[in-house]
Amino acid sequence: MGGTAPALTVTDLTAGYGPVHALRRVSLTVPAGAVVTVLGGNGAGKSTLLRAVSRTLRFHGGAVVSGTVTAAGRPLDGLPPDRVVAAGVCQVPEGRQVFARMTVEDNLRAGGLARRGDRAAKAAALRRVHELFPVLAERSRQPAGLLSGGEQQMLAVGRALMAAPELLLLDEPSLGLAPLMAARIADAVREINAQGTAVLLVEQNAALALRLASHAYVLEVGEVTLSGPAAELAASDEVRRRYLGVVDAAAAEDAERARAAHPVLSRWDAEARVPARAPRRKETR
Amino acid sequence: MSTFAEFLINGLSLGSVYALIALGFVVIFRATEVVNFAHASLLLAGGYFVAVLHEPLGFWPALAAGVAGAAVVGAAVEFLVMRRHRGADHSVLAIVTIGVDILLATELTRRIGTDILALGDPWGDAVVTLGPVTIAETRIAALLAAGLLITAFLLAFRHTSWGVAMRAAAESQETAALMGVRLGRVSLGAWAVAGALAAVAALFLTVFPTPGLERGTSLAALKAFPAAILGGLDSTTGALAGGLIVGVVESLATGYQSDLAFLGRGIGDLAPYLVMVVVLLIRPAGLFGTKELARV
Repeated sequence: MGGTAPALTVTDLTAGYGPVHALRRVSLTVPAGAVVTVLGGNGAGKSTLLRAVSRTLRFHGGAVVSGTVTAAGRPLDGLPPDRVVAAGVCQVPEGRQVFARMTVEDNLRAGGLARRGDRAAKAAALRRVHELFPVLAERSRQPAGLLSGGEQQMLAVGRALMAAPELLLLDEPSLGLAPLMAARIADAVREINAQGTAVLLVEQNAALALRLASHAYVLEVGEVTLSGPAAELAASDEVRRRYLGVVDAAAAEDAERARAAHPVLSRWDAEARVPARAPRRKETR
Repeated sequence: MSTFAEFLINGLSLGSVYALIALGFVVIFRATEVVNFAHASLLLAGGYFVAVLHEPLGFWPALAAGVAGAAVVGAAVEFLVMRRHRGADHSVLAIVTIGVDILLATELTRRIGTDILALGDPWGDAVVTLGPVTIAETRIAALLAAGLLITAFLLAFRHTSWGVAMRAAAESQETAALMGVRLGRVSLGAWAVAGALAAVAALFLTVFPTPGLERGTSLAALKAFPAAILGGLDSTTGALAGGLIVGVVESLATGYQSDLAFLGRGIGDLAPYLVMVVVLLIRPAGLFGTKELARV
């Protein structure tokens, strides 16, 4: 634990699946105690990046070709996944992936498996998770498969916290969640970070991610194309247009006017609006 | 009525032994998603160790050595063969286990030859008489031992870290790895446990009234396959229920063979498979097998 050593340093990482390189010479840094986000569309290489860090590429037939990954000064290259967890880096997988047939309680136990011994520390970790997500305490005896999507995401995050990571990797935590639930998860991430855990957040919901992060990287077709403080990126035209779905003001006004000019019966509203809204929606993702 | 009670108790005893075998089978399947066709050979190996060692060592040390030996053989199969192919398709691995089975079975058959080996158990052909019901001591010992082992196993599966790791790996290997579960260890442990359980089962498959360990013992072990399958391949409860059902059905069918003569001879050996087919027709996932429980 080198005090000021970055929580994660990725240097010139190239990784891929067979002959396909999904990442090309990607470098990024997560400073200790920071929230850093990686933005990008489908297939940009975001998940590959996280898999390369957590050393689980082989489950998808992939491998790291070159480059290094260092967590808090310790190199992770070539380690098996369990040693990465032991080194303090834990990933919340995309799509939550809770153990559906196990109870909530056992899911959390599974998250703590990487830590050996020390019952007191495990009990403290469990208390922390229950404070963060009280619903998990209420439902501890239920099979995880019966939880709602949002609760499953809470469980997935809580499960990873059981390993008491110094760096939490989050893969699309807001995926498929209602906006209200996504906001609650965002609050939880903020809280976790405030308690001292660095976070690397991979998101398609750029607006949410840029609010959470202090620093952001934009990944496109396997390469970092933009990076900088989150606030700067959020203000840049490029990011606003491509990831925040903001079109220039004049066009938006036109669309509003067009809609106002054609009053329709409310029953047909949804359908009638489509032509006016289509150009706006195209850019939201 | 007393004959029926005897058949039933014998069936339960036999069934609990099948359950031991099926449990090992299910444990390997859950931990690695591989159908282990070499299971009958593991059993034969365990029985062979006991048979060879009981004279120099005495019965109980020989049994302990046999259990340990079968666990080591199981672990060795995992370590030397299965581990090299991890990541390969599960059906490919299942076929690999057939190859392992052929190797093990050939070597053991060569060693056993046409002999029938005694295991030197302390029960012999003694019987216990409870009123009108007469039961062999070996059957009672089998019932008790299997019951004890299965209870211990299920408790460990539910409550220990080993059990949590095993169940987590059974649901998703990748996610379990992300949580820091060591998949290699889980898989190694599953094979060792399966081997140990099979060795105990080998003992009770070869004691009175069976003459002893012979080449054909592994055929008896094969009846644990329908037990595991009708219970649902991925369910420990299913293995237990399946084992008992197969044991009782076999015992009753053999006992009342004369009344079932119109079905031809040897119905007792056939019955487990018939029950399996009937169960699968009604519940294709087996009695306790899981249908997908997932929210997308």
